[in-house]
Amino acid sequence: MDGPVISIQGLTKRYGEVTAVRDLDLEVRRGEVYGLLGPNGAGKTTTILTLLGLCEPTAGSVRVLGLDPAREAVAVKRQVGYVPDSVGFYPTLTGRENLRYTARLNGIRSAEDRIADALEQVGLADAADTRAGAYSRGMVQRLGIADALVKRPSVMILDEPTIAIDPEGVQRVLALIRTLRAEHGMTILLSSHLLHQVQEVCDRVGIFVRGRLVADGSVEELSRRLSGGRTVVEVGVADDAGTAAQRVAKLDGVQEVEREGDLLLAVCEQDMRGRIADALTTAGHTLLHLRQRSSHLDEIYHRYFHERTD
Amino acid sequence: MNALTEAPARPPAGWRAVARKEIADHLRSARLLVVAALLALTGIAAVYAAGGRIRDVAAQASDDPSLFLKLFTVAIENTPFAFVNFVALIGPLLGIAFGFDAISSERAQRTLPRLLAQPIHRDDVVNGKFVAGLAVIGMLLTALMAIVAAVGMVRLGVVPRAEDIGRLLVYLLVSIVYIGVWLAFALMLSILLQRAATAALTAIGAWLVLSLLAGLLVQIAAGLLAEPGSVAEAELQQALGRASPALVYEEVTAALLTPELRTLGVILPEQTFRAVPTQLPLGESMLLVWPQMAGLVALTVVLFAVAYVSFLRQEVRV
Repeated sequence: MDGPVISIQGLTKRYGEVTAVRDLDLEVRRGEVYGLLGPNGAGKTTTILTLLGLCEPTAGSVRVLGLDPAREAVAVKRQVGYVPDSVGFYPTLTGRENLRYTARLNGIRSAEDRIADALEQVGLADAADTRAGAYSRGMVQRLGIADALVKRPSVMILDEPTIAIDPEGVQRVLALIRTLRAEHGMTILLSSHLLHQVQEVCDRVGIFVRGRLVADGSVEELSRRLSGGRTVVEVGVADDAGTAAQRVAKLDGVQEVEREGDLLLAVCEQDMRGRIADALTTAGHTLLHLRQRSSHLDEIYHRYFHERTD
Repeated sequence: MNALTEAPARPPAGWRAVARKEIADHLRSARLLVVAALLALTGIAAVYAAGGRIRDVAAQASDDPSLFLKLFTVAIENTPFAFVNFVALIGPLLGIAFGFDAISSERAQRTLPRLLAQPIHRDDVVNGKFVAGLAVIGMLLTALMAIVAAVGMVRLGVVPRAEDIGRLLVYLLVSIVYIGVWLAFALMLSILLQRAATAALTAIGAWLVLSLLAGLLVQIAAGLLAEPGSVAEAELQQALGRASPALVYEEVTAALLTPELRTLGVILPEQTFRAVPTQLPLGESMLLVWPQMAGLVALTVVLFAVAYVSFLRQEVRV
């Protein structure tokens, strides 16, 4: 099957008066890691539940591995591993017993090897026979991934995989996601509102604000699109910022200069840091700060977010 | 290609996996100990009561062919409590104990979304939990009756006839169905109400009203609506009482374990004047309470349907 693994067209979901998702189009290709990014309440979890047939779309069509989750939920759920937002386990059962239950629900016979494999992969082999109630939040999150791995899925859906765990735990989860894609060729859809945490593992991201996908593409694409092919250079000087701004604005290739607190933002056609630095130092200014504005996902996200809410 | 060949084979029924896990949970739970303790008290009381009074009963009616059944229906001296009354009283609590947090605990532990993301149908969860609860209750009740019967045989030297065993088995089955009503009710509450404590309180409140106060309420209502002391009042009282599953269950129990009982309707003393006391065969007794038994099953089905539909409509998220 060469088509997209997940394909959403015109998805709309309303809860009474509230529209959680509006006219969403989305495609996730085989073997890619797609990040669904947006603030809380943007409709990410609703979209994910629709993919698993746990929530009926008001309008639009959804296909997962070519199947319609609203009609063939069981067939979809057999092939898709899902780790819900703040996943939970039965506290009185051990990690291994919890996974055993999942295996049974999936109709997997002689699952012990699979369970051991999954626990090994997420680094919980040593804690396998400890009661899940005694696990840390990070361990629970990893057990959640192991739980989804037991069924050997071809698609993994992770809802907020890095929420409420410590930085080390976040790194372990991200490393795990990379391994899953690299070693198992798994297609992974993850959602998060902590963009900087997940940007490094995502091949493509979709920015989701108030039920709408406002941008979609690789991180570089998004930053290029957002800046409209221009480059923004941050300039900080020790002395009279007003004169410095005028000097910079006179340079060839600088389109405009804005003030942002103590910083000057020079919007240029290309990276002009060298010429700006020359011009300012020769004019006697003391240069404190000079930086090309990065394509950091947080910035992209903030700008999209603010643009839409203004 | 037709849809049948395209569809992958159905996995082994999901409700079985759910029921298996739930039974294991119940058997390891603290609530099982509490429930077993309650039942043990019931058993002890029954044997004690029978030990004290069954000899008197036996002396009075040495030719009573169903003496063995008295083991379950003779009350402790100076109290209205016999084994059957204890079961009628405690049974609903059993159902409530194994159902009141069935779904809400999955929500509280945040295991519900994960559970529903497995390749099972949503009703498998409800079905599995109901089956598990009923299986454990059935085991407990069967064990209790077997122990009481065994102790009765040894201590009192009364041996049951085949007819008695038949009656007791039907009684056991009906009791399990009756407790199933309460299990279904508690399960329904665990879906409709977010908090387990609220569900438990609601269920126990309903149990108090329908089991303990129903008789009184019905009496008051009938007294207000019909002429006191008339046949009409008695009939109205009975009709109103049939709205309570507890009173319906009481009727069924009486018919099943008292073979002399020939009708559940209102009878006047003159109608029984010079009637020869005979016993109905089991089949006839069952015929007498067939509508009541069907009613209990129907009530379970209705409660279950409400539980099932509301669960299907509920959001997966908490």
